[in-house]
Amino acid sequence: MTTVELGMPAEGPIADAVAASVATQGPKQTELKAKDMKTDQEVRWCPGCGDYVILNAVQSFLPSLGIAREDMVIVSGIGCSSRFPYYLNTYGMHSIHGRAPAIATGLAASRPDLSVWVVTGDGDALSIGGNHLIHALRRNVNMTILLFNNRIYGLTKGQYSPTSEVGKVTKSTPMGSLDHPFNPVSLAIGADATFVGRAMDSDRKGLTEVLRQAAEHQGTSLVEIYQNCNIFNDGAFELLKDPATGTQWSIPLVHGEPLVFGPDGASCVVRDDFGGLRIAETNQVDASEIVVHDAHRENPAYAFALSRLSSQDLRYTPMGVFRSVRKPTYDAMMTEQLDVARVQEPADLGALLAGGDTWEVKA
Amino acid sequence: MTAIERPETAPSSAPGGLVKSVVELDRVVIRLAGDSGDGMQLTGNRFTSETASFGNDLSTLPNFPAEIRAPTGTLPGVSSFQLHFADHDIMTPGDAPDVLVAMNPAALKANLVDLPGGGLLILDSDEFSPRNLAKVGYASNPIEDGSLEGWQTVSVPLTSMTTDALKDSGLGKKEAERSKNMFTLGLLSWMYHRPTEGTIRFLERTFRRKPEIAAANIAAFRAGYNYGETTEAFAVSYEIKPAPMAPGRYRNISGNTALSLGLVAAGQRSGLPIFLGAYPITPASDILHELSKHKSFNVRTFQAEDEIAGIGAAIGASFGGALGITTTSGPGVSLKSEAIGLAVMTELPLVIVDVQRGGPSTGLPTKTEQSDLLQAMFGRNGEAPVPVIAPRSPGDCFDAAIEATRIALTYRTPVMLLSDGYLANGAEPWQVPDVDQLPDLTGTVNFATEPNGAAADGEEGVFLPYLRDEETLARAWAVPGTAGMQHRIGGLEKADRTGNISYDPANHDFMTRTRQAKIDGIAASIPLTDVEDPDGNASVAVIGWGSTYGPIGAACRRIRRSGRSVAQIHLRHINPMPADLGEVLGRYDRVICPEMNLGQLSLLLRAKFLVDVESHTQVRGLPFRAAELAAVIQEVIDRTSEPVAPQVGEAGITAGNGAVQ
Repeated sequence: MTTVELGMPAEGPIADAVAASVATQGPKQTELKAKDMKTDQEVRWCPGCGDYVILNAVQSFLPSLGIAREDMVIVSGIGCSSRFPYYLNTYGMHSIHGRAPAIATGLAASRPDLSVWVVTGDGDALSIGGNHLIHALRRNVNMTILLFNNRIYGLTKGQYSPTSEVGKVTKSTPMGSLDHPFNPVSLAIGADATFVGRAMDSDRKGLTEVLRQAAEHQGTSLVEIYQNCNIFNDGAFELLKDPATGTQWSIPLVHGEPLVFGPDGASCVVRDDFGGLRIAETNQVDASEIVVHDAHRENPAYAFALSRLSSQDLRYTPMGVFRSVRKPTYDAMMTEQLDVARVQEPADLGALLAGGDTWEVKA
Repeated sequence: MTAIERPETAPSSAPGGLVKSVVELDRVVIRLAGDSGDGMQLTGNRFTSETASFGNDLSTLPNFPAEIRAPTGTLPGVSSFQLHFADHDIMTPGDAPDVLVAMNPAALKANLVDLPGGGLLILDSDEFSPRNLAKVGYASNPIEDGSLEGWQTVSVPLTSMTTDALKDSGLGKKEAERSKNMFTLGLLSWMYHRPTEGTIRFLERTFRRKPEIAAANIAAFRAGYNYGETTEAFAVSYEIKPAPMAPGRYRNISGNTALSLGLVAAGQRSGLPIFLGAYPITPASDILHELSKHKSFNVRTFQAEDEIAGIGAAIGASFGGALGITTTSGPGVSLKSEAIGLAVMTELPLVIVDVQRGGPSTGLPTKTEQSDLLQAMFGRNGEAPVPVIAPRSPGDCFDAAIEATRIALTYRTPVMLLSDGYLANGAEPWQVPDVDQLPDLTGTVNFATEPNGAAADGEEGVFLPYLRDEETLARAWAVPGTAGMQHRIGGLEKADRTGNISYDPANHDFMTRTRQAKIDGIAASIPLTDVEDPDGNASVAVIGWGSTYGPIGAACRRIRRSGRSVAQIHLRHINPMPADLGEVLGRYDRVICPEMNLGQLSLLLRAKFLVDVESHTQVRGLPFRAAELAAVIQEVIDRTSEPVAPQVGEAGITAGNGAVQ
C-alpha cells in the first residue's frame, strides 16, 4: 500500500548498514499498526493538551503510508510540540530552537531514501526559526512540516507568539501585545511553498486527509495545525470548533468543488474587483460566479487570496489544502547534479590532488 | 638586499647587441602593489605558479582590502601580493621586500615604508599624474623630486608601453590598459628567468571564450618580457636556482585549496558521502567554491540561508550517516555556537572549519589573526568540550583536514579546525601525496546494525544509542534506514546508555564528565610533543600553533645560525594537547609563546601546566616578521643566561623566575 515514493540509498557504508539490518532482521516491515508507532516513553504534555489528539491521529495515520518505521525521521525544534519525536517509534532528533527545517534539509538532501518530517510550533517556526522555514519552503526539499499553531508560547509559560492576535494580554504584554500576527499559510504561500494545508487538532478526519496529501506530495509540505493550549490559551479556536459557529466560519477546501459553506450553504467565495476573493451570500450571486477550488494553480496568487479571507478573529477560515503544485525537488536535483558530474568527470582522487600544473623533483 | 649576491656568472647577449649580466641570488622577496582593479592578485598568483614550476621553494602573502573596488587610486584601494622564493627551504613570505613594483602613487605611498634602503623600486610612470599624486597627498612627483634617491628606482611607462603593444589588437584604450599587469608580469618573468609557457597556457584557458582578450594579454605578456630583454633600464637579470626538495611530484597549493582537497580525500578514504553546509564568508568561501566543483566524489554542497542553517544541515546530514562539514570564519562560529553544542550533546561527527580573520565583530575580514582559539575551546553554553586542531602551513591544511575527520568519526564529536587568512590565501609548493598512502579511515565508520544491549527492565535485544566503546568512549552510531535501531536523540541531557531524556542529577554529572573524558582521551591517539632542538642544548623553548609555524621556525633558524640554542614546539592538537606537553615544557628555563592574538594559547598553557609562559603577541592583521621574533627570542635567551638573583618575597626566599617549580 505504499503511497509515498522514496529514493534509493546511495552506495557505501550507509547502504551497507541498511542491507545488514535487512539480512539479520528480514525484509522491511511496511504493514504497521498505530501501536507499532508508539514508544516506551511517557508522554509529557499537560493533560487536555491538543498535542495528544494530534499525536494519536499521526500514530494512526503513519502506517497507512506503507513506509517502514526505520525509513521515517522526525526532526523537531524546541517547544511543547517539539517533544513529538520521542513518542514515535521512528528515528528522530529533538534539536534546537527554530533550526529543525535546516537540520531536516541536510538530512533529506543527503538521504532521498527517507521520509523526513518536521514538527514545529508557532514560536519555533515563525519567530526564532522564521528564516529557515521560508528558505526550506522556497527550496522545495522533500519533507513535511507540521506547524502546531496554538498562538501562544507554552513551554516558557505563556508569552504572546508571532501568531497571537493584536492586543493579547500575556505575562510579557500586560497592556496587550503590539505586533501584528503572521498568518502562517499566507507566509508559506508568499515563500512559494508547493504544498500548504491547514487542519484542526480535534478534526481527526480532516487532519488525516491533509496529512495524507502532504505526505504524498513531492517537495516541502507545510501543514498548519490549529492546536489548543488548554493552559495558556484555552479555547483559542473555539469559534471554529463549536458546532454552533464552526460551520459558519470555516470554509472547507475540496479541490474541484465550489467554495460554498455555512449553514445550508448560505455563504460562498467569489472574486472581488481587485483580483482577490471575497465572501458573498450564495443566494445573492449567480452560481457561475462562485469560485471552484483549484489547489493545483501554478500562480500562488489565488491560494494567497484564499488565505487572506480569514482575519485575526478566525472568521472565514479556509480549512484543507490551499495549494499543491508540482515542482522539481531540491534533493532530486542535487542527486542529479552528482550523477551528471560523475559522467562528466569520473572521480579520480589522484588526479584531483595533482591538479593541472605539477613538476617532478628527481632523486 | 639581504640576499647573497654572487659575481656575474654568465653575460648574456640580447637582441640589439646589448650585453646583460646575470646575477645569481639565493632568495628574493618581491612585492607587487597596485589598485584593487589592477589585477595584482592574479599577477602574483601567476608569478607564483611560474616560480613553483621552476622548482624554487616559495611562500606568498596576498594582502588586499575588504572592499571589492575601493575608489580608484586611493590608499584604501591598494592591493598587494608578496612572494618570497629561494634556492633553499624557506618558511615565510619574507619580512620585507627586496623589490617593490608600484603601479600607482597610492601603491607607492602604502608600501614604500616596507622597502629597505637600496631596494629595487619599479614604478609605472604613466600613473604618476598630478591628479593621482594629489589623491594620496603627494605635493610633488616623487619620481622627479629626488625623494626616492635612497632606492634603486626604475621608472617605466608600463601603461603606455602596454597600449602601444596592443595598438593593433582591436581593443579600445581602456581595455588595452587592463593588460598592463601582464606586461609587468612579462618584465618580471624576464628579470627572474621564469618559465613562461604556463602563463600563456593559463591565459588561453581562462579566456578561451574571448580569444581576442587572450591574444591581447599574451601579446602584452610577451611585450613585457621582450622589453626586459632589450631595454637599457634593466642591465641585470637574476637567477635563483631550484631548491633541493624531496623527490616526488609537486604542485603549488593555497591553504583553502589544500583544506578542500583534504576534506574530499577524507570522504573518499572513509567511504562516506560528504555534506558541506556553508554560508559565504571571507576568507572561507573558497572552500565552498572548491568543494562545489567535486560533486563526482560524492560531495554535496549546500549554500545555506545563514550560518546556523549551514551547520544545522551538516548535523542533519551527519545524523543520516554522511560526513557533515561546515566552513566559516569567526563571526560565523559565533552564530553556530548553539548548534555546535547540539553536536556535542548528540555526539555526532562534524568538522567545523574556522578560517580565522581579524576580530571582534566584522573586524578585518581580509586580514589574518589567531584570535578564535578561546572561542573554539570554550565559546558555548555549558561544559561542551570540542577537539581543536590547527594546520601550520598552506600545504599542511590537507593533512589537518584528514586528521580532523579522523577524530570526528572515531570519537563521534564535532571538531574545530582552525585555519586563518594567511594560510587560506598563502601558497607554497606541496608534494602531491600518493592516494594509497593516505590514512585509511574506513575503520572509523562502524555503523551499528544490530541491537547492542538490554533495557533497564531486562528486555534483551534493544539498541542503546549511548552505549560507548570502552576504548574511545564513542557512542554507537546507527543511521536511519537501519531496521530495529530506531532511536531519538536531541539537545536535552541524555540518560547514560539509553539516550532517553534525563534530569537526574547524578546522571548529568556522570554524562558531563564522560563527554569531557571522551575528548581528553583523544590524546591517546595523537603523537607526543615534537620538539625541534637540533643540538639539544636549548634552555629556552618557543611554542606556537597554527600559521605562526613559519615565522617562528625562521626566527629559530636565525638564532641557531648565531650560535645559540633554542627549541621550537609547534602544536597541531590544541585540545587535547599531547600527553607529555606539560612535562616537556617543564624542562625549559623559559617558554615563549608568540601568537597573533593577546595571549590565548599562553593562557591555556599557564592554566593547564602552571608554566610561566612569556607571551609575545601582535594583532596587525599580518604574519609575524621573522627578524622581530628572532629579536624577542634573543632577548629572552640573553636574560636567561644571566645569573638570576634570589628574590625575597613575602614567604621568604623564593626561586627566581628562571626556575620552574
